[in-house]
Amino acid sequence: MDLGTIIWNTVALFLTLCIFSFLYKDNPFYKFAEHLVVGVSAGYFAIILYFNGFIPKVWEPVTQKGEWWYLLPTILGMMTWARFSKKWSWISRFAIAFYMGIAVGVAIPLEMQQRVIKQLHATMLPVHFTNIQGVWNLLIMLGVLCGLIYFFFSMGHKGVVGGAARLGIWILMIGFGAGFGLTVMGRISLLADRITEIHNWYLMVTKALWGF
Amino acid sequence: MRREVPIVICFLAGFFFISDFFIPEPHWTQIAHRVNQWAIIVIAFAYVLGVGNIVRVNSQVIKRKERDWGYKILLLSGLVLMIILGIGFGIKEGTTFNWIFMNAMYPMQATMFSLLAFYIASAAFRAFRIRTWEAALLGVTAVLVMIGRVPVGEFLWRPFPDFIEWIMNVPQLAAKRAIMIGAALGAISTGLKVLVGLERTYMGGE
Repeated sequence: MDLGTIIWNTVALFLTLCIFSFLYKDNPFYKFAEHLVVGVSAGYFAIILYFNGFIPKVWEPVTQKGEWWYLLPTILGMMTWARFSKKWSWISRFAIAFYMGIAVGVAIPLEMQQRVIKQLHATMLPVHFTNIQGVWNLLIMLGVLCGLIYFFFSMGHKGVVGGAARLGIWILMIGFGAGFGLTVMGRISLLADRITEIHNWYLMVTKALWGF
Repeated sequence: MRREVPIVICFLAGFFFISDFFIPEPHWTQIAHRVNQWAIIVIAFAYVLGVGNIVRVNSQVIKRKERDWGYKILLLSGLVLMIILGIGFGIKEGTTFNWIFMNAMYPMQATMFSLLAFYIASAAFRAFRIRTWEAALLGVTAVLVMIGRVPVGEFLWRPFPDFIEWIMNVPQLAAKRAIMIGAALGAISTGLKVLVGLERTYMGGE
């Protein structure tokens, strides 16, 4: 194992421990790592956008293919920078409005197709009592219906609607509980991954120093 | 003029893309694809706005020597270093830029998220009290899912993992679908309000 790999891994270990030190209390090591990660991340994404956005979508089409019309979105994009000036910030509205229009125009049919129609289609399940799956299908249909009734505020939640909305809350609470449980387990997986990394560093260094 | 023209631009751009969905005409689709690329370019330039803001805010703190100003120098140094390394030496595997990502940025971000394992549990313990039937449902489901996802669950009760699968595939699925459909309908109605100019907060300012 070369010295460079050991040094970089040691840097990774030091920064990991700096972040973990926050478990004790806010301290200079944590602040050091916190500020470093913000700066490095901002620089990282700026460069990723430069190489994956600006170069292939503006620079190459304009300079190599002569597709000058790509200068139009470039000018629009630069107009967003007018936000830095109080006097000229209104110029940025044109670019933001253009982007918002496209984003909304793409999102409306997509949301309707993917999240409403497809989900409703997937909920239309065969209900029968020949096996247990038919009963679960009925439960899914009722759960979705009652959950949606809970979100429907144009009618008062009284009587039958109120009962359905109440059942909807119960279903939603089970969903939130499962979501919370999964999130906690996901974070614990990340924690286990970091602890494994620390252990791997220890193995690497002992092998490099003493050969075992 | 400064407010009306952006609303017209927003409406025309949005209407054009909605119409593209309903008009399966190759030339129309080609134009829509090209304009969609424009949106990516606009947002790429808008990111510069974000970076500029980081520089502006932190420079002010350094200039006034406010609290933690020394750390702000570190923050800006990290930002500048990554930009210089990326533009100067590239971003491919084996470059210093890539090494910093793999050995500094990734470990720090992963550790920050893993810290939440402690804080999410302690926050839940402090804030969450089972006072109602609904709260009990949430709490019990969360605990069951957590136990069911580790080997101890199966050790306690053999069909535990199957029971958790049932929770995920029946009540959790129904809840997820209801939330998804409700959120999508909300997003569509907000989107329509943006297009017709009823929702203008995205323009900011006066």
